[in-house]
Amino acid sequence: MRILANELIEFVLVSAALLAIGIYGLTVKRNAIRMLFGIEIVINAANLNLVAFGRFLPHSGGQTLALFSIAIAAAEVAIGLSLIIVAYRMYNNIDIADFRSLKG
Amino acid sequence: MADAIFLALSVITIGSAIAALELRSLIYGAIALMGSLGGIAGFFLLLDSPFVAMFQLAVYVGSIAVLILFTVMLVRRELIFTMVEDKRRKFVGIALMLVMMVALGAIILDSGIKQITTDEAAVDFREVGEDFLTYYWPALILMALILSGAVTGALVLARRVDEDIGQRAN
Repeated sequence: MRILANELIEFVLVSAALLAIGIYGLTVKRNAIRMLFGIEIVINAANLNLVAFGRFLPHSGGQTLALFSIAIAAAEVAIGLSLIIVAYRMYNNIDIADFRSLKG
Repeated sequence: MADAIFLALSVITIGSAIAALELRSLIYGAIALMGSLGGIAGFFLLLDSPFVAMFQLAVYVGSIAVLILFTVMLVRRELIFTMVEDKRRKFVGIALMLVMMVALGAIILDSGIKQITTDEAAVDFREVGEDFLTYYWPALILMALILSGAVTGALVLARRVDEDIGQRAN
């Protein structure tokens, strides 16, 4: 069995950087599809964390939860994209500032 | 310390995550997002979890990125190539990102995570499969129901109601 060459902290640092980038995308972008990109990046940072900690414990729960998370993310993207298509048909735009009736 | 493969993977992952958000064209952005997701799959391989890596490649790079690409191609041309954003908001966003990176990095570097190393063998994928079929079986069935519900909901939402009702695109 191969011995792991990297330390836990490196993976956690990469994951924190990805989280910060994803939140930047969520706060700055007004294009709905770009915001979805931001959400994807945040979810991937979480998955990386799960698998990294699961490897270093070591415990199988990390990988199992990461698999569940990936599957749920697929469902979330499908729903999000169809909502964007519905909003595009109503407003003819994907800029979230134009989605007037969604402002509540 | 970090070796060459790890450094290359992190440059690919973080660089294409930034490119996905900053490239002017949404199509190139979606392709850059694919690169970022592929980089995460590489990290999973480094972490001795090949099953999760293959799942990531199949689900994210294979289906989600293609779904995003098709949706991008459904919207109008000029929406794909224009970026509308506030200059002030952008600076505040970049400042927030940097503050978050530095703060999180400082907290992580200061914590006891640095001492954690392992020389134990990796978790076998057989164990993951056993987990799915024994302890987590209700969650697995629930996830199947959620997935089928989500796909049905997406189809119902995106369906065209009628030719003359509502404002259709184009």
